[in-house]
Amino acid sequence: MEYAIIFLPLLGAIVGYLGRSTTRYFSEIITSFFISVSAVLSVFVFYKGINNDIYGNYKIFEWISSGAFKANWSINIDPLSSIMLVVVTLISALVHIYSIGYMSHDPHKPRFMSYLSLFTFSMLALVVSDNFLQLFFGWEGVGLCSYLLIGFWYKRETANNAAIKAFIVNRVGDFGLAIGIFIIFYYFGTINFDEVFQLTPQFIDKKISFFGFESSLITLICIFLFIGAMGKSAQFLLHTWLPDAMEGPTPVSALIHAATMVTAGVFLVVRCSPLFEFSQTALNLVTIVGMITAIFAASVALVQNDIKKIVAYSTCSQLGYMFFAAGVGAYHVAMFHLFTHAFFKALLFLGSGSVIHAFKDEQDIRNMGGVRKKLPFTYVFMLIGTLALTGFPFLSGFYSKDAIIEFAYLSNSLLGNYAAIIGISTAFLTSIYSWRLFFKTFHGDYNNKTLSIKETHESPLVMLLPLFFLAIGAIFCGFLFKEILIGHHSNDFWKTSVFFLEEIKHDDIPIWFLLLTPCLVVLAIPLSYYYFISNTKILDSFKNTNLPLYNFLLNKWYIDELYDVIIVAPLKKIGSFFWKKGDLGTIDRFGPDGISKLVKFVSNKAGKFQTGFIYDYAFVMLIGLSILLTYLIIN
Amino acid sequence: MNFPILSTLIFLPIISSLFIFLSKDQKNNFSSIYISLFGSIATLLLSLFLWYSMDLSSSEFQFIEEKSWINNFIKFKLGVDGISILFIVLTTFITPICIISCINSVKDRIKEFLIAILVLETFIIGVFCSLDLVIFYLFFEAGLIPMFLIIGVWGGPKRVYSAFKFFLFTLLGSVLMLVAIIVIYWLTGTTDITSIYEIKIPKDYQNLLWLAFFSSFAVKTPMWPVHTWLPDAHVEAPTAGSVILAAILLKMAGYGFLRFSIPMFPFASEFFTPLVFTLSIIAIIYTSLVALMQDDMKKLIAYSSVAHMGYVTLGIFTLTKQGIEGSIYQMISHGLISAALFLCVGVVYDRLHSRLISKYGGLVTYLPKYSFLFLVFALAALGLPGTTGFLGEFLILTGAFQKNYLFAILATVGVVLGAAYMLWLTKRVIFGKVINEDIKSLKDTNRLEIFMLTSLAFFVVFFGFYPTPLIETLNVSVDNLINNYEQSIINISIANK
Repeated sequence: MEYAIIFLPLLGAIVGYLGRSTTRYFSEIITSFFISVSAVLSVFVFYKGINNDIYGNYKIFEWISSGAFKANWSINIDPLSSIMLVVVTLISALVHIYSIGYMSHDPHKPRFMSYLSLFTFSMLALVVSDNFLQLFFGWEGVGLCSYLLIGFWYKRETANNAAIKAFIVNRVGDFGLAIGIFIIFYYFGTINFDEVFQLTPQFIDKKISFFGFESSLITLICIFLFIGAMGKSAQFLLHTWLPDAMEGPTPVSALIHAATMVTAGVFLVVRCSPLFEFSQTALNLVTIVGMITAIFAASVALVQNDIKKIVAYSTCSQLGYMFFAAGVGAYHVAMFHLFTHAFFKALLFLGSGSVIHAFKDEQDIRNMGGVRKKLPFTYVFMLIGTLALTGFPFLSGFYSKDAIIEFAYLSNSLLGNYAAIIGISTAFLTSIYSWRLFFKTFHGDYNNKTLSIKETHESPLVMLLPLFFLAIGAIFCGFLFKEILIGHHSNDFWKTSVFFLEEIKHDDIPIWFLLLTPCLVVLAIPLSYYYFISNTKILDSFKNTNLPLYNFLLNKWYIDELYDVIIVAPLKKIGSFFWKKGDLGTIDRFGPDGISKLVKFVSNKAGKFQTGFIYDYAFVMLIGLSILLTYLIIN
Repeated sequence: MNFPILSTLIFLPIISSLFIFLSKDQKNNFSSIYISLFGSIATLLLSLFLWYSMDLSSSEFQFIEEKSWINNFIKFKLGVDGISILFIVLTTFITPICIISCINSVKDRIKEFLIAILVLETFIIGVFCSLDLVIFYLFFEAGLIPMFLIIGVWGGPKRVYSAFKFFLFTLLGSVLMLVAIIVIYWLTGTTDITSIYEIKIPKDYQNLLWLAFFSSFAVKTPMWPVHTWLPDAHVEAPTAGSVILAAILLKMAGYGFLRFSIPMFPFASEFFTPLVFTLSIIAIIYTSLVALMQDDMKKLIAYSSVAHMGYVTLGIFTLTKQGIEGSIYQMISHGLISAALFLCVGVVYDRLHSRLISKYGGLVTYLPKYSFLFLVFALAALGLPGTTGFLGEFLILTGAFQKNYLFAILATVGVVLGAAYMLWLTKRVIFGKVINEDIKSLKDTNRLEIFMLTSLAFFVVFFGFYPTPLIETLNVSVDNLINNYEQSIINISIANK
């Protein structure tokens, strides 16, 4: 069964691609069917795990064995991977089905479907790995699929550039991850998770010198692993690829850039919790980066006008939440938020896709509005998604996000308190931008000039059905799984897959604190309705008086421009310089070309000596003879 | 075994080239193509049989053949171990593919071209089999001649310049190697490699001798700064020439390091490790950046070859198990991938007669099969896990990290740059809008091309997921190499005290 979960998507990808020209819906049906089976089986495995404690490690075959450097292809089912299995396969199945409708006009549907399935396979390979190398395989595999899917509409220049950017920024992260793995292998002599984690306590006090800095070994490893996580999960400084990745088709954004791939970084940190727990420095770094990303992305999301970019920045910001949850030591809460977030963010993305579909590929929210009666189902689903995202009481986001803020508060450190404050402010901002998106899309006046309101239409059933399931998840999964995943007995579920040095006690929270976030969140609804719909003039004048701030946010803090100036342009210049001045100008000029010129030159000169006249030769002989004689006489 | 299997292997190609020579000129030269294909496939099967019948648990040389050639001086001695067999199989595998590629791309004097390729195959197999320095030198240098002709006769417009540059560079290094071989004979009284391993060359001579060998191998690898002949040679060489050059000829130097430099001069190898590391790192980063800025496809791939070979030299001189196995694996992998990439360029060059990147773009609309295969190889070249490109690099870097973390980290930067130039190339050639109207009339890959490329792609992916057959072949020989090396270093340091 475990084999089937992993390999059905791969089989679907291959069969779906090869058989694309057999019948009309062949690829769509085969890939969706295989993935759905896989999803059902994962739920079953998850259920077996909760109820009967049945976990296991299945070795497929040996991948590499070079000296002590050994890695297997394996399927490792433990609580952590079983919950990831459920998230990945369920969302993937729904996205597959949704795509049948969404991509129905695209001539390259089969390719699209098989890429999606291939992605699912890589992601599963990542989460069920029992060693760092297979993890790395999945890690780059999902990066590849993301590259292929972002660049799916290959005729668009922007899509191609976004695809390359995504891959290369991810590679920068992978660079960190790879170095983390090298350090682990060098000191631990193994790259198997269990063996590494068992050895960890022996290395707590080990200090090594790294570029002249004295540093604890564990901290160093964790920092490099975290760089990998930052790349994949689009954390601050390595986040630039995620908004651009919205060039891909919307189902891709929902599956890869919201629900699954981008959470791989969080998964990595949680998976390596036995390492991170021994390094307070690394944990602090995780917290700080998470905090910055949360508030940064939320601030940028406030002013964006592209519906998908807003949701993308929101994803970035929510990932920040997960990271600082992990950073304060609440790994299980981070996983819980990952779990709920997958549902409501996929819902929001697919809902946005439905809106974009209705507006015939319009993505700018300034050109939308007033269509709530035309798109009743989409309207309701988006409403649920928005409520869940903002953390409206008793929806799934409420349980997970508030838990993060509470745990940050409870962690009883200065950083934890800052994190709690940032968490609350970000929750408020989240609320504002989400409702801005919602109101501007569905309420107010109809603003589209090219398309008349009559032409907008509700999406077909095949697209609404996945939305319905996701909405169910967005409403109930927080409430249903709260006790199991983060409740008082959550350890019964997580067992050893998540490691705590000392558990944070989950009680003694002041009641005002518990109420603060929900109140702010609810308060934000009428506030945003007033500012974005009823009375837009106040905001316009505010914008005009604070134009520098507005531009700063609109241009995403100018980080892309900064990278262009300090990295991309200089690298190209250096490349040209090396080629023109180094290879051609120095090595060739003084090497082969220089030598051949020299030889020509010398032989030309030497040739002139051979004049062919006897008196020239006689003269030279005379000189030679006299030199010889002089030498002999002097001696 | 009494049957001289290695000699047969070496001389089978040259004998078949004799038949081509004798065959009658016909329209389309079918007979010469068939003969050469038959000959090279027979060689391939024989080498596979050799691999199959080898005893992988022994580190000794096997299938040894020994004949006196010049009394008391040179013996014609052949033998293989776990390291050389892989290179032999690589050679015999790539050659038939080259011959198939000629059917489409070589239009005139195909008979002579095939002869040149088969003769070249003989010499290359000879390099990997010989256990005598002089024999090795002869094969090593003889290989220059057919390659020189292939570039000089069938090459592009600047072929003469490139051919001479190629010859000048490679010969310069080799002359020093010849001097070193003479010195070794003078010191030890033999040119038999296995005896030299036993005798051990005095420490004082090692450094100079090592440098002499290094000068030859560094040019052939090629290492920075003696790499500039490679891009020119590739650009002018016909497709099959580029394939052989990148896939096999470059590997002779890496093999040379493993077979000669390290076991014969262990002390010098240790002494010069920082030099090799530095040059390798420069090769990786410098040439990756240069590759980024190329506007000619073949040049770009040639520069990427230099970067990939930088990993190889880095890995070999880590002298760790992972480093050396990674290097050999990387050489095999690069042999498959670079061969495939040059074939890919050849496929579109045959159609459009241009190698300039700017002439292409949007191929995927009109050549979907071709684009798919191109993408596979580009991804393999940038080291995607699940292809051979990944494991080699990863093992090398793991090994390098154990020796020097600074170099390992710098080398890892090359992985990011590799992704940049490969993906940018792919974007400009495969994706995007069609700018050049001529592309619309191009035909997709024909059966032969698909056969060549898919057979390469199959092994690139297969060994990416299941490298065990390769690694197991290497295992014992590499262990032996490292043990001997460490033993010699210990002995010398004891002698010093």
